[in-house]
Amino acid sequence: MNSSVSGLGKDLVGLERLSAAQILSILDTAEPFKEISQRRIKKVPVLRGKTIVNLFFEPSTRTRVSFEFAEKRLSADTVNISSSGSSVVKGETLVDTARNLEAMNIDMVVMRHGSSGSAQFLAERIPSNVVNAGDGRHEHPTQALLDLLTIRDHRGPLDGQRVCIVGDVLHSRVARSNIYGLLELGAEVAVCGPRTLLPRGIEQMGVRVFDRVEEAIEWAQVLNILRLQLERMEGGYVPSLREYNQIWGVSSERLAAVDRELLILHPGPMNRGVEIDSDVADGPHSVILQQVTNGVAIRMAVLYLLAGGSPDSAEAAKGGKET
Amino acid sequence: MSDRPILLKGGHVVDPANGVDDLRDVLLVDGRIASVSPSVDEVPDGTLELDVSGSVVTPGLIDPHVHLREPGQEHKETIATGAQAAAAGGFTAVIAMPNTDPPIDTPAAVGYVLAAGRKAGAARVHTTGAISVGLEGERLAEIGEMVQAGAVAITDDGHPIMDSGLMRLAMEYSLNFDIPVADHPEDLGISAGGVMNEGLVSSRLGLRGKPNASEDIHIIRDLLVAEFTGAHLHLQHVSTAFGVEMIRRAKDRGIRVTAEASPHHLLLTDAAVEGYRTEAKMNPPLRSEEDRAAVEAGMIDGTLDVIATDHAPHHYDEKEQAFDDAPNGIVGLETSLGLVHTHFVRTGRISLSTMVERMSVAPATAFRLDAGTLSTGAPADVTVFDPEAEWTVDPSTFRSRASNTPFEGEELVGAPLLTIVGGRVVFDAR
Repeated sequence: MNSSVSGLGKDLVGLERLSAAQILSILDTAEPFKEISQRRIKKVPVLRGKTIVNLFFEPSTRTRVSFEFAEKRLSADTVNISSSGSSVVKGETLVDTARNLEAMNIDMVVMRHGSSGSAQFLAERIPSNVVNAGDGRHEHPTQALLDLLTIRDHRGPLDGQRVCIVGDVLHSRVARSNIYGLLELGAEVAVCGPRTLLPRGIEQMGVRVFDRVEEAIEWAQVLNILRLQLERMEGGYVPSLREYNQIWGVSSERLAAVDRELLILHPGPMNRGVEIDSDVADGPHSVILQQVTNGVAIRMAVLYLLAGGSPDSAEAAKGGKET
Repeated sequence: MSDRPILLKGGHVVDPANGVDDLRDVLLVDGRIASVSPSVDEVPDGTLELDVSGSVVTPGLIDPHVHLREPGQEHKETIATGAQAAAAGGFTAVIAMPNTDPPIDTPAAVGYVLAAGRKAGAARVHTTGAISVGLEGERLAEIGEMVQAGAVAITDDGHPIMDSGLMRLAMEYSLNFDIPVADHPEDLGISAGGVMNEGLVSSRLGLRGKPNASEDIHIIRDLLVAEFTGAHLHLQHVSTAFGVEMIRRAKDRGIRVTAEASPHHLLLTDAAVEGYRTEAKMNPPLRSEEDRAAVEAGMIDGTLDVIATDHAPHHYDEKEQAFDDAPNGIVGLETSLGLVHTHFVRTGRISLSTMVERMSVAPATAFRLDAGTLSTGAPADVTVFDPEAEWTVDPSTFRSRASNTPFEGEELVGAPLLTIVGGRVVFDAR
């Protein structure tokens, strides 16, 4: 079992059990890695010879591509397994999948799975490093880390920032990871959305609840707007997408009601005209595309640290600044 | 078949039905209790004399809620392995639930379970029959004929009756046959998709919850239907504080209701799910500490009349899955006596006599079994256990085919020594 010197441990399953120091070390490690993606030759030999499996039991484009770029830019050898066409759909259990991966002596597994706890399940059963790319409604730690990095890029240290997560918190692994990370770094956190889509006991997690998006906008400095999945309407959680937009949609009119400029985040993919209006998504305070850019750097940092890299030597590992 | 007479000498006999809680000899002849007295001197020729001094001798323990999985899921458990697990746990009788494959919803199926139980030759196997055809909650199964075939109660356990009209019909019909209607109280609309208790832990773990209200609504509904039909309602594995309070009030109102507490709801909370431990996944789920304490108080004061394990064996492959995908339930037959004795009797929260009430007398009464007493002439179903035996729960030693228990590694005091059914020793740990 390769325990890394970064203090992250073997796996990144979630942010709930990470300390502020551990989270900051990931964010700080991502800083030098941002620059690699700006180069003409976007590759450094940090993970040369490492084999990584991207194991996606749920469809994903942006997270999978982001991880794959991060892996390739660090020179790892990667294999992608997605649920369609793999033995997953033939009824193989997760534990058998894990044992097969173990038998092939891979170094790391990046997994997305529809069941909460599946990342921890895998991590407990194989010696490889496991990176959670989203497990059910539990956590999506790299998404939250890239959100934290993006907020810090624009607003400085997270301590004291007021961040409101708007939308379907109940089904959202992004929301849980954000809540854990933000609270650990000293931010104030609120959630806002239909009560049908907020988990019970959320206040006990240390967050405020706003029923009306206008109140959330009044309070917040940063809005992280979650995607409202079409299935939620079909599941009866909200009466219609139209009504959702009317009551909880973030529009430029609603933002104009306050003097402050709110930073606008969205984990994507967006439903324009539902949870976010186009003029907000494309507006001057939207950092949605920068989140995507930062995602690659964050994932490079996580892979690097889990592979045993030290935060202090990240700059050297990437071969200094390109001249 | 006539076995040798047995004389249990010098044990601490706890027989609440006869007000006995003292040193007694117990003589069993021809499958019946022949005599219980301070000193039995004259015994028939060939009597097997067993010195049980230092041990507790009780009317046979009864677990009125077990899943034996046969027919259909023999990889989890069979009637034979379940009956042997029961005997090893100190139980002389169990009552099987009907959610097998196919379900126990016909007199033929009832006959099959009872015959397989007799053949096992361990604990007595009684069975319930389904309330509805196919456990589908739509129309009554052949309840009368199932009772004639030997079913002791009706229930759609695990498949709650959502149609209150059907529950009314079932309760009315049960009056003709003097059987309890047992219900797993759960409103499937409110609990839809839930895999654990709904609360802070489920919110943190990102698991879908079943709120207390899903259970409470059905408890209240069932109590109301029981009151107006006059039927005997038996509420299974009560897990909520509000549910316990409603049952207490219902009893005060004279509603005919009996209810179960399970060892896991008496001892664990949803904190046991932390780490996505599938051994802590069951239905109803482990709830809050407030609920646990209320279940305990209800068991102690008798609001919850019986302790029932909801023994639910599963193959280890089935439990070694992501939490959402793992099935509900834990095994209980081989840990129940040790858990109750260790955590409630030894701590002084209940007396030995109360333990025997909850685990023998009340289950026998609720299900009209000829059991729960050491009266002369009663069937010689006797449990003997060593109240000082220290042991550690090790699922690899279970007679049950399954090992899914959250109590693995628990250190317990009090272990079955002899289980005697109809005058025959079916388990002997000496």
